[in-house]
Amino acid sequence: MYENKRLGLLYCLPFVIGVALFKLFPFAMSFALSFTQFDLIEPPKYIGLENYREMMTTDKLFPKSLGVTLMFVALTVPLRLAAALMVAQVLNFKLKGINFFRSAFYLPSILGGSIAVSILWRFVFAKNGLVNQAMTALGAEPIMWLGDENYSMWTIVTLNVWQFGSSMVIFLAALQNVPTSLYEAAAMDGAGKTTVFFRITVPLITPVIFFNLIMQTVHAFQEFNGPYMVTEGGPLHSTYLLSLYIYDQSFKLFNLGYGTALSWVLFALVATLSAVAFYSSKYWVYYAGEKERS
Amino acid sequence: MSATTSATGVGAVDHYEVRKERLNTIIRYTLLITMGLIMLYPLFWLIGASFKSNAEIFTEVGFWPSRLDFTPYIKGWKTSTEYTFTRYFFNSFLIVIPRIIVTVISCVLVAYAFARFDFWGKKILFSIMVATMMLPQIVLRIPQYIMFQHFDMLDSYTPLILPSAFATDTFFVFMLVQFLRGIPRDMEEAAQMDGCNSLQMLWYIIVPLLKPAIISVIVFQFIWTMNDFIGPLIYLSSVDKYPVSLALKISIGATEEVEWGSVIAISVLALLPSVAVFFAAQKHFVDGVASTGLKG
Repeated sequence: MYENKRLGLLYCLPFVIGVALFKLFPFAMSFALSFTQFDLIEPPKYIGLENYREMMTTDKLFPKSLGVTLMFVALTVPLRLAAALMVAQVLNFKLKGINFFRSAFYLPSILGGSIAVSILWRFVFAKNGLVNQAMTALGAEPIMWLGDENYSMWTIVTLNVWQFGSSMVIFLAALQNVPTSLYEAAAMDGAGKTTVFFRITVPLITPVIFFNLIMQTVHAFQEFNGPYMVTEGGPLHSTYLLSLYIYDQSFKLFNLGYGTALSWVLFALVATLSAVAFYSSKYWVYYAGEKERS
Repeated sequence: MSATTSATGVGAVDHYEVRKERLNTIIRYTLLITMGLIMLYPLFWLIGASFKSNAEIFTEVGFWPSRLDFTPYIKGWKTSTEYTFTRYFFNSFLIVIPRIIVTVISCVLVAYAFARFDFWGKKILFSIMVATMMLPQIVLRIPQYIMFQHFDMLDSYTPLILPSAFATDTFFVFMLVQFLRGIPRDMEEAAQMDGCNSLQMLWYIIVPLLKPAIISVIVFQFIWTMNDFIGPLIYLSSVDKYPVSLALKISIGATEEVEWGSVIAISVLALLPSVAVFFAAQKHFVDGVASTGLKG
């Protein structure tokens, strides 16, 4: 029965239609639209590379937004993965109540994307908010997190790093799969904890690090709720991520041609970074069975 | 250790090891509890603050309110719009429930095809599926908007639900495929000998086996759809169709003098459904998340 090729395709049909209609067609269409001027009322007008030229020359907001986005991704992804791996490592132990801790650390990932938590974050970083009160108690000067362009980025970065739980559970499962015999052998050879972690644990879980790295990067480039609700892109556009700029251009100013061009720049960035990651993966990602054991 | 280690020597090492182990455990617990408290404190604070007065919210860092006053809840629920949150919660469920149903049906069918059948173009289709998991949704948003405008479906829930009916939430398909691949085919072979057709097979064998993974799909789709903000923001324009996420957003912008107590109270209520679903299914679901990252 499973060899019945028509039956298989029949079950797969929803996906074939869906991917064509809602993914591939829009994908091609957005590429085409990025070479046009389009406001939803008049039909799209072909203007060649004008949108891209505008980004590179007259549009002062684009380089700002691009820089802010890269900064956001460069801060969020490593911090989030490091936190996830660190907590997973602490959790990977014969521990009573491991499920409780796992769920507790996972909870922010569940709620973090909601508008309610974005509102909460405004209080966390308000002038008299939790962070400043804690800092005052520790003897530090309070900071105008939401009002100072030098610090505002941290409000949305922490909101994202706070949600490390989803990566953590994946790391934890990977850590639990590392054979204990390897640890025992290393201990016999007198290897210290740090050595064991970097020479045995990390190499063995590189496939999972790779998976998390890609997924988190793709995710971080699209972050919207945090900057939209917590900082509203400000102050002085210091948290004006590309996703916000694309939204404003497309759905507020109705420059849909320009909006799609911006989104293609974002896509090109994500695609390039993913390609680099995939290409480099053969040098640092370890797949059991493919290479000889070291 | 040399081979001549005496019995007492072993005992001493064991004793030292036990103490070291115990210290290790204490350090780990301290670390975990401290981190857990810091991480969850904002959420506790939110609950406490929902009972506080406007003045107290901005001065009181402790989460314990000085009184248990439900006025913020009552005021917040009423909102400054012409609808109450009863309406907005109802709207949210009008989006979430149909979306979950169509997601589960379409994703299970497609996952069944990918995990079990052999058909033309399967390899390419599977690669496309994995690739779309990494395709930023942001690139597709504008064309999708234009399409739905063209079909006259703006300001309705259709754009939020319809794509899910075609297994476009590929993350779920991937998760189900991975899960199904891990299940041996013995039962299916036996059922086939008994003359089961593929639809019966799916319903009586595959779906029960997939149950834990299906629960993960339901929980994820529930929470993600409840949290979804940009979708409703783009597609919905009449206030009477707003889901909770959008209503919360306008509750801040509606008046000059924001009743923060009410906003916080409603935020707590807005989080409740997701928290409830999470705790009801946490075991299945956290395991499910973990396994998708590993296999494959």
